[in-house]
Amino acid sequence: MSGETDSSGGSDTSDTPDTADTTEPTTAVAPPTPLRRRIQEVGLLVVGLLGLFMIGFIVLDWLRTLPGSVGGLAAGGFGQFLLVGAWMDFYLGTNVFRHPFMWRAIATGVLVGIVGPLVGTYLVHRQMALIGETLAHTAFAGVAIGIVVIGALGVSGSGGQLVFVALIVSIIAALGLQWLVEHTDSYGDVPIAIVLTGSFAVGTLLISWGRSFVSVPIDIEDFLFGDLAIVTADGARLVAVLSVVVVGLVAYNYKQFLFITFDEKAARVARLRVRWYNALLVVLTAIVVVGAMQILGVILVAGLLVIPVAAASQVAQGFRETLYLSVLFGQASIIAGIGVSIWQGLPSGGSVIVVAIGIYLSATVVSDRSPVLSQS
Amino acid sequence: MTTVVDVQDVTFSYGNTVALEDISLSIEAGDFLGLIGPNGSGKTTLLHLIIGLHTPDSGSIHLFGERATEFEAGERIGYVAQRSTDRGGSMPVTIREAVLMGRFTHVGHGRLGSEDHKIVDEAIERVGIADLADRPISAVSGGQRQRAFIARALASEADLLALDEPTVGVDADSREEFYGLLDELNQQGITIILIEHDVDVLTTHVNKVACINRQLFHHGDTVSFIESDALSEAYGKQSGVLHHHHP
Repeated sequence: MSGETDSSGGSDTSDTPDTADTTEPTTAVAPPTPLRRRIQEVGLLVVGLLGLFMIGFIVLDWLRTLPGSVGGLAAGGFGQFLLVGAWMDFYLGTNVFRHPFMWRAIATGVLVGIVGPLVGTYLVHRQMALIGETLAHTAFAGVAIGIVVIGALGVSGSGGQLVFVALIVSIIAALGLQWLVEHTDSYGDVPIAIVLTGSFAVGTLLISWGRSFVSVPIDIEDFLFGDLAIVTADGARLVAVLSVVVVGLVAYNYKQFLFITFDEKAARVARLRVRWYNALLVVLTAIVVVGAMQILGVILVAGLLVIPVAAASQVAQGFRETLYLSVLFGQASIIAGIGVSIWQGLPSGGSVIVVAIGIYLSATVVSDRSPVLSQS
Repeated sequence: MTTVVDVQDVTFSYGNTVALEDISLSIEAGDFLGLIGPNGSGKTTLLHLIIGLHTPDSGSIHLFGERATEFEAGERIGYVAQRSTDRGGSMPVTIREAVLMGRFTHVGHGRLGSEDHKIVDEAIERVGIADLADRPISAVSGGQRQRAFIARALASEADLLALDEPTVGVDADSREEFYGLLDELNQQGITIILIEHDVDVLTTHVNKVACINRQLFHHGDTVSFIESDALSEAYGKQSGVLHHHHP
């Protein structure tokens, strides 16, 4: 121990970080200013309103199929949306926003841009970042199962039905993976690697085998890399419902998730049902991944859960702020990514992820702190 | 005096390895118990059994009169581990947020009210880190960080503190202050179980000692512990290494 003497006043303020401390602060971080907090809250409010607006669109899209006056009213509202789109096309010189399918894709994107980073914030800090990737691969197996089952039954399979089957398969796989992880000690990457490759293997086998007796109505590449065009009306509707469920459950369990993420053992001592919350978190992840898969594709979907959170963790000072910034960065990535995708005619998944990485790199440059995530 | 912890004939094994054998001890309200033993002696296992994280293979453990594994009032136990178990080094969480977790069991899924925030502010004040409350926990020293966890236990209104070598990697001055704080809390009536390697700390701060190495070698007040041969018996031939002189 160095010979420095502590001021005998008993105050801690003069404490220098311990010499034995490996996580010494590189800079003195000021407490969050009210203004900083205010800007984040305004940003979140805008994102929230955008999300509600998009849910409104999806609801109108659904209601307009109903008979009677409700359907008529909804069709009128829906027409207004497309009119706005037509004006946007006029000013932007595009031929995009007047089409319902484009709005469905954008709505789906906006919603997964909210729930992806929301769930991702917990996953990243539980060091479960790759679980999203794994569940996306199981969702791919789910799509394959859907193709074979729907094809074998002879019903006309739509993209929405495939997404629904993928959802079921993914949730079952999530619970199975959780069981595997609990029975093989810690979040080792071995069970993750097994389930990830295993489900992809099953998926490719099923599709190849299924091709011999059913006509595969979709392009598998779209599910691998994501495509705005594969978002169907019922796919978008599913995402809208699931987004409301995910936001509601995360808000309801915010404290419990935070506690088990930060200090699982202390949470167990406090008698939180840690296993239950872990299971809930992986199920929520499965839900989010299946929704986001349509826009981002199986291979890239984990990026939406991880990259905005990594960016936020570089600059945020507390957990709540990390959560807020993750959602804001995620939404910015989605909107800019879809914009680039439309503008340049590129796949949406890659565009979104590249924008997200741009934000991450900027955040890393802006923050002068040591790379927080690389410390154990 | 009421019994806070009652351990009766407890045996516990990891697979075929016996970690603890026939341990019986009781901890009364207001005790400051030091749990000492060599590495791998089962100290942490015993502490985990006491707070209900493991189930004993045989024997029984009662916590505040209830079976430890069925004890539901988790807010009464404040647990501070060696710093490695939480994610404070990698996760952006402010000290205030960490201390707020002490209120989580009280409010469940409900909202934290102004009363909760007041209790948290007082707890942070109590452990002397009020000026650091909005700092990320990764940006403070090891000693300050462990104080934050004590504050979390205080915010939770715990009457039993279970501390597993809380000052590993904390410098000597901060360590002394930390134990001073524990003394004060103990004088206010909080029961403390402390796993500690340093015999020096035990003899100056705690009032009871349990010395174990798979079996219980001594359980009693500190004076009788110093006079006994329990330490050398428990540590076998490697004894003496940790012994400091005390007048």
